[in-house]
Amino acid sequence: MNDFRKKPGIDRSGIKEVFIEGLLLISALASILAIFLIIIFVFAKGLPLIAKVGVFKFLFSSTWDPVNGQFGIATMIAGSLAITLGALIWAVPLGLALSIFLSEIASPRIKGIMVPMIELLAGLPSVIYGFFGLVIIVPFIRDYLGGPGFSILAGSVILGIMVLPTIVNIARDAITVVPREYREGSLALGATQWETISRIVLPSASSGIITAIVLGMGRAVGETMAVVLITGNVTRMPESILSPVRSMTGNVVLEMGYATGDHQLALFATGVVLFVFIIILNALVSVGRKERV
Amino acid sequence: MRKNSLWIVMALILIGFFVWITGYGSSGEPGGSQVTGSITIAGSSSVQPFSEILAEEFMAQYTEARVNVQGGGSSQGIEAVKSGVADIGASSRELSPEEKTPYEYLIAKDGIVIVVHPSNPINDLSLEQVADIFTSRISNWKEVGGHDADITLVSREAGSGTREGFETLALDKESVSDRALIANSTGAIRMIVADDRNAIGYISLAILDYTVKPLKINGVDPTAENILNDSYPVNRPFIYITNEEPTGLVLTFISFVLSEEGQRILHDEGVVMVNPSDDDH
Repeated sequence: MNDFRKKPGIDRSGIKEVFIEGLLLISALASILAIFLIIIFVFAKGLPLIAKVGVFKFLFSSTWDPVNGQFGIATMIAGSLAITLGALIWAVPLGLALSIFLSEIASPRIKGIMVPMIELLAGLPSVIYGFFGLVIIVPFIRDYLGGPGFSILAGSVILGIMVLPTIVNIARDAITVVPREYREGSLALGATQWETISRIVLPSASSGIITAIVLGMGRAVGETMAVVLITGNVTRMPESILSPVRSMTGNVVLEMGYATGDHQLALFATGVVLFVFIIILNALVSVGRKERV
Repeated sequence: MRKNSLWIVMALILIGFFVWITGYGSSGEPGGSQVTGSITIAGSSSVQPFSEILAEEFMAQYTEARVNVQGGGSSQGIEAVKSGVADIGASSRELSPEEKTPYEYLIAKDGIVIVVHPSNPINDLSLEQVADIFTSRISNWKEVGGHDADITLVSREAGSGTREGFETLALDKESVSDRALIANSTGAIRMIVADDRNAIGYISLAILDYTVKPLKINGVDPTAENILNDSYPVNRPFIYITNEEPTGLVLTFISFVLSEEGQRILHDEGVVMVNPSDDDH
């Protein structure tokens, strides 16, 4: 506070202001530049191969034999979608229930314990989740449900745990900012607490909840390390949730080590498809946000 | 005060950077001894990682020399040597009659071991059975005399040199079935096989341990000795070739690779030594 009053002259602090603003602008531009460079590089490498193979064939052929010039990633698109869907099917209801509990029902003491734990869940490195899945989930599925254990199911279980904090944190914020008057009005009219939550609070928070789900989905589609360890990485159309699959992210990380020529470009092309997926998901979020205004 | 120390740190970083740049440049100057200059090794992507480690160790000893290692495949490596683009060609297969040169140096042999879970009753498979299993023509262990259980295949990813070697040597150049689980190191394959009673996979001899059971192929155990004398069939040579009598840096490097030290490095990285010293069984 004292510092502020001691500033020598308006002139000097003005220069300082401009300097700091300029510095911040440069930092902001640098990060945007980084994104653009990555986009340009990935697309420049990947698009020519997609054009060479043919968009339709690249996306819908299920033969991936890069050494012999067969580049079809349909099995991996199916794999990514299957494990993402499997994760959301159980993580969304659970995450919603958890965020309702934390923002509407839990006492401050319980909240004080649970919120940091959920944040811890978000901070764990993904390879830890993968290792846990490899040592616990995969053998369990193999021994009690059949198949090789490396499967859509294993991926869905682990990914679900991983997206849970994303969903809970954003959905909880959305529920918390619903004005207190809405709840009070509802309760005053004689509604029970559950009626207030399900008919007043949740609908008011719906666009925030959808944002939470879509961002959770983005996290699931982009997750790599954990998925590579537990889904088996086969390039074959899955027949059941016990079948092993390969995700698009897994394809890139598995084969980048020794890939050369067209094979390497095909991995960039896989990245392009992944990129488009994420852009679509982010666009959905912005559309959802605009509707709320 | 704080601002000043920040500037000092930045200045030190800059100075360090320039020292590094200029130091880097001067290391290429001729130093008088015969191990100066640079050579290029090109060829098999299976040999490439081994060449890279050998080159690294070599350059640590002969700091005035540079050894560049490139991939490209055995055929390209041989071609590159004949046309003079590379000084040494690396091949992971025997040379064809028209490729033959008198300057061929066997630096190591690579053995690929087919492994199963230790509880698997099977000890021995024929090469044909291995091929049938890995191409999914046989999908149940009882078809080769084991339990009635589905076979879980485990393989390396497309592009891997070990996979290419396995497909060439054991599958007659067919591809591994798309039912196979994929791991991107032979260590990971070993781990999956060690954990799954119905799994079968292939790993390099060097990382074989008690957690998995190696299978005899056509009745022959995968030992270093059997790989060296070719009685174990799933093996391949790692060969360096030159176009003319090696001299200078090329000669020094090849001698280094064939020396006890170079062979020890190769052994530690997982291939079979062609010059075993006396203390090795």
